[in-house]
Order: sequence, then C-alpha cells, then structure tokens
Amino acid sequence: MTRRRAITLGAQAGAFLVAVALLTVLPHWLGDFRASQVAYVGIYFIAIMGLNILTGYTGQISLGHGAFMAIGGYTTAIMVGHHNVRDLWTIPLAGLVAGGAGLLFGVPALRLSGLYLALATFAIAVALPAVLKKFDHFTGGTQGIQLFGRPGFTGKGYENVHVLGQTLTFNNWLYYLTWTVAAVLFLIAWLVLGGRMGRTFRAIRDSEIAATSSGVNLPLYKTLAFGLSAFYAGVAGSLFALATTFVNPDTFPIILSLYLLIGAVISGLGSLWGIAAGALFIQYVPDLASKYVSKAPGAPSVAYAVILIIVVLLLPFGLTGLIRKSARPLTDRLFRGHNQ
Amino acid sequence: MALLSVEHVTRRFGGIVALDDVSVDAEPGEIVGLIGPNGAGKTTLFNVITRLYRPQSGELRFDGRSLLHTAPHRVVHRGIARTFQNVELFSTMTVGENVLVGTHSRNVMRGGYRRAHETLEYVGLAHLASSPARELPYGLQKRVELARALASRPQLLLLDEPAGGLSHEEVEELGGFIRKIRDDFELTVLVVEHHMNLVMGVSDRVFVLNFGQRIAAGTPADVQKDPAVIEAYLGGAE
Ligand SMILES: Nc1ncnc2c1ncn2[C@@H]1O[C@H](COP(=O)(O)OP(=O)(O)OP(=O)(O)O)[C@@H](O)[C@H]1O
Ligand SMILES: [Mg+2]
Repeated sequence: MTRRRAITLGAQAGAFLVAVALLTVLPHWLGDFRASQVAYVGIYFIAIMGLNILTGYTGQISLGHGAFMAIGGYTTAIMVGHHNVRDLWTIPLAGLVAGGAGLLFGVPALRLSGLYLALATFAIAVALPAVLKKFDHFTGGTQGIQLFGRPGFTGKGYENVHVLGQTLTFNNWLYYLTWTVAAVLFLIAWLVLGGRMGRTFRAIRDSEIAATSSGVNLPLYKTLAFGLSAFYAGVAGSLFALATTFVNPDTFPIILSLYLLIGAVISGLGSLWGIAAGALFIQYVPDLASKYVSKAPGAPSVAYAVILIIVVLLLPFGLTGLIRKSARPLTDRLFRGHNQ
Repeated sequence: MALLSVEHVTRRFGGIVALDDVSVDAEPGEIVGLIGPNGAGKTTLFNVITRLYRPQSGELRFDGRSLLHTAPHRVVHRGIARTFQNVELFSTMTVGENVLVGTHSRNVMRGGYRRAHETLEYVGLAHLASSPARELPYGLQKRVELARALASRPQLLLLDEPAGGLSHEEVEELGGFIRKIRDDFELTVLVVEHHMNLVMGVSDRVFVLNFGQRIAAGTPADVQKDPAVIEAYLGGAE
C-alpha cells in the first residue's frame, strides 16, 4: 500500500513540475494571440476542476456551473468597473461570493439527485441572464460593465504590464495570471481531494447508505462540495471577466454550462489529471469544427456533436481512464482485464 | 441492563407491515441471532436500528439512551456498525480506502491509516489493500465490509447475512470467527442468517420473525423446538 502510494505520489509531483515548467516557457513560442487563447484554456481548467469536485467526486450533476462563473465574473466587474477596486483583489472575493451562492444553493439541492438536480441547476443557468437584466442598477443590464481602462484594471489600454520586474504584453500577462491561479487551485484541490475529504466525497458518490453508516454527514459534505465547486467556478468567472475586459448577460451564455459538463466528462470524472484535455476541448473543438469541417449553417454544431460522440465512445472514462489503464502493469491487465 | 433494546417497533411500507410491534434486545457481549423466512423484516429491523428507516411507533434504546433522536450518520459515533445484505462497498475505491472510510467516525486523522491496516490484517486482507474493491469475489467483498465496520471500533455489530458468497467450509468456519471477533473486540453481535447450523451454533439467543411479527425468542434449543417456528419454516417450504 505505502510503496505503491509513494510511487504514485512521486509520479504526480513530477508530472506537476513538468507541467509548470512547460507552461512557464510556452508563451515564448505561442505569440500574443495564441497566449490569450491558452489563457482561456486556463480559465476553463479552473472551472472544470470545480465542476469535477461536485460531479466527479460527490456525483452531484450540475448543468448550471456557468451561472456560478457569472456570479464570480459580475463580482469582479462590479468591484473593478463601479468601485475601482484593484482587479487582483477581486479574484478571491469573486470566488467567495460564488462559493457562498453555491453553499446556499447546495442546501435545497440536498433534496434532489440525478436528473432532478441536473434540471434544477440548469434552471439557475437559464434564469440568471434575466436576473442580471432585472437588477440593471448593479449589473448594467444588457449594456453590461466595461472594465477596459478602469483605474483598478491591470494593463489599461493594452499597454505592457510590469510585474515582478518583468514587462509583459497584456495577453501574456493574462496567460501567466490565469495559469498561476490555476496551478495554485490545482495544488489545493490535490491536497484537499487526495486526503480524507476527497475520500469522503467519493464515498458519498459510491454509496450514500454505506457512507452514512460509516458516519459521514451527507448534508454537510454535499453542501460543502457545492460551495467548494462554486468557489472554483467563481474564480474562473472572475478571470473570464478580466480576460474579456467586459461583461454583459451574454458573456456567460447557457451553453457555457453545457460546455463545462462536457469538458468535465472528457477529463474523466473523479480525477484531477485529465482536466487539461477537457479545457482544451472547450476552447478549441468548436473552432476546429467550423474551421476544418464546414462553415455552412449548422454544420459546425453537427461536427462538434460527432466529435463529442466519438471521443466519449473512445474514452468512456475520460482521458484519466486512458492514462490509468495504460499505466497499469501489463500482467494486471492480462489477469484482470476480463473483469472490467 | 440491555445494551440494545428495540421496544414494540412498528414499521409499515404502504400496506405492508414490515415490522409489527417487534421487540428485540441484546445484552453486552451476547451474540444474538435474528432469523425468519424471506421478507420477514430482518433487514428492515437493521435499517430501523441504524436510523435509515424511521419506525411509525415504538422505542429504540442503546446504551441507556434513546436512538430515535440520533441522526443516521451519528449512529456509528454512538457505537453501532453494520454490514449490508447486498454488499454496499465503495466500488471505485481500493480495499484499503474502504476500510479507511470506516474510521471516519473516529476522527483519528493520521491514526486512521494504522487502524485501517490493523483491521485489514485482522480479517486477513492486508495483502489486498490496494486492490480495487469491486474486483474481489463476493465473499471477500463481504469481508471488506466487515473490516470497514470493525474499523469504527463499535460496541454493537450488525451482520446482515455474513455467510453470503461463502463456500460450505467457509460457512462452517464463520461461526468461530464471529465469536473470536466478539471476544477480541469486546462487542455485541446481532446477526441475520439463513444458514440454520451457523445461527444455532453461534448465537446465545435467537429471535424469530415472520411476516413482520416476532413469533419466537429464546435459546437456540428452545427456538428449534418451537411449533410456531417449525410451522413458519415448513409453511414457507411447501
Ligand atoms: N424501502 C422499502 N419500501 C417498501 N417496502 C419495503 C422496503 N424495505 C422493505 N420492504 C418490505 O418489507 C418487508 C420486509 O423486508 P426485509 O428486507 O426486511 O425482509 P428480510 O427479512 O430481510 O428478507 P430477506 O431474508 O429476503 O432478506 C418485505 O415485504 C419488503 O418488500
Ligand atoms: Mg434481508
């Protein structure tokens, strides 16, 4: 048990360091525009991590995580755009506000499971744009909130940004900002989910009655998962607002919630290690579908759907499942393969 | 004083009376058998004791205090652990992780690993600690469940058909193993089983349920002679 665990931990730490090193040097080859795209990948990465805590670990489906992103995004936009708060400070605050909303929603969600929960969360995503328009005093209504050029906003007017003695283009700044936040949140998730709490979450997903009989307070942990998950989504939303430099109700469309769930499924629910794949999928596949397949009306969507079906068929347990399978000793596979 | 006393408990599901004014008790250190034909209400009684089901009437006492105000997840904190008739393992976890969750109620943090390992060693599964639980044969899965329950160091252990999935020889050894667990962990056992030799051999007292009613109670010898019991079992076999 311990030796195998030590090897796994070592491999994971190694993979993390390699990923950090790669991400650090990547902008040298990317060019400015690509760097901004990869910054969005980082944002989806964070949001999918959050959704994965909820759906992957505790088995509660959310089709409304775009709404928690919107709550985070608007928190940042209102503070920076209306109150000139320095943008960096709003990132954790946006996470906390969205996390609080997640906790609040988590309580009624306790009564729901499976498809009913999916529908209830979808309802928040559907209702949110109307709510944002209604409270236009705070949210700017359909006009939205402009962040560009605000005093609290780093990199006003696409000037170069000076941080830590470095001069960066605005897009490179976004890139490093999102991926630094992503790396920190990844480490937190790794620590939290790799220990007792993650095990408790998974216990709930696998058997609620056995978890209860082992002493797990289901309402507490399920609500906690909702809050934690929404915190991640809120941080992602905050970064999204900074990256687009503008929010309005269309910034966080309903389809975003679906994309996030798709990304989480592609990543392989219940593990942190395939998430980059899900994030890349969200960012690039819709574009690829229209660029290389056909631009005829509807064709990109159909192509997207076909790609999605093929990927899910090929990787029923996501990318993580594939990595796990191929990392297993061959003998294991020979002798246990028939049980799978 | 009885460690557990179930007093006049009734539980209905729609028109079905799964438990009809049932009273059962267990003294500290006793092994108590619970038998009855299929659908008699045995598992329902376990679910009532562990608070998964709320009884419509009756009282439950454990260690001198009512259980009816204990939340389901607090039951194990009070010292009652159980296994399930149809194995309820955490199927995506390893054997070791399953047993670790069993230490959840004891808040032992770091000590949890050691306790889980000790418990696995005790039931003879330490070598399977890192195997995925769902890949084990059914009989071993039942043993993992037993280890998970023991990892909480309960005072009362509820076993729902522990002989499921075991071979003939293994069933014969199980009685001795249950006694050994009772002695080593100093606990009280309530065991549901259909293997008559096993129950009659291992139990200090036996309660018999039929269609939700308690039809007999007493020593194994008394119960086996009881006309109502013979009738219930022969009636079922026709
Ligand atoms: N959740 C439930 N909803 C409806 N009916 C139930 C429920 N649980 C148990 N019952 C009914 O209560 C009765 C007793 O069931 P129970 O599972 O307690 O029997 P048992 O004695 O454990 O039988 P077996 O030996 O087959 O396990 C059965 O008629 C069963 O259908
Ligand atoms: Mg039963």
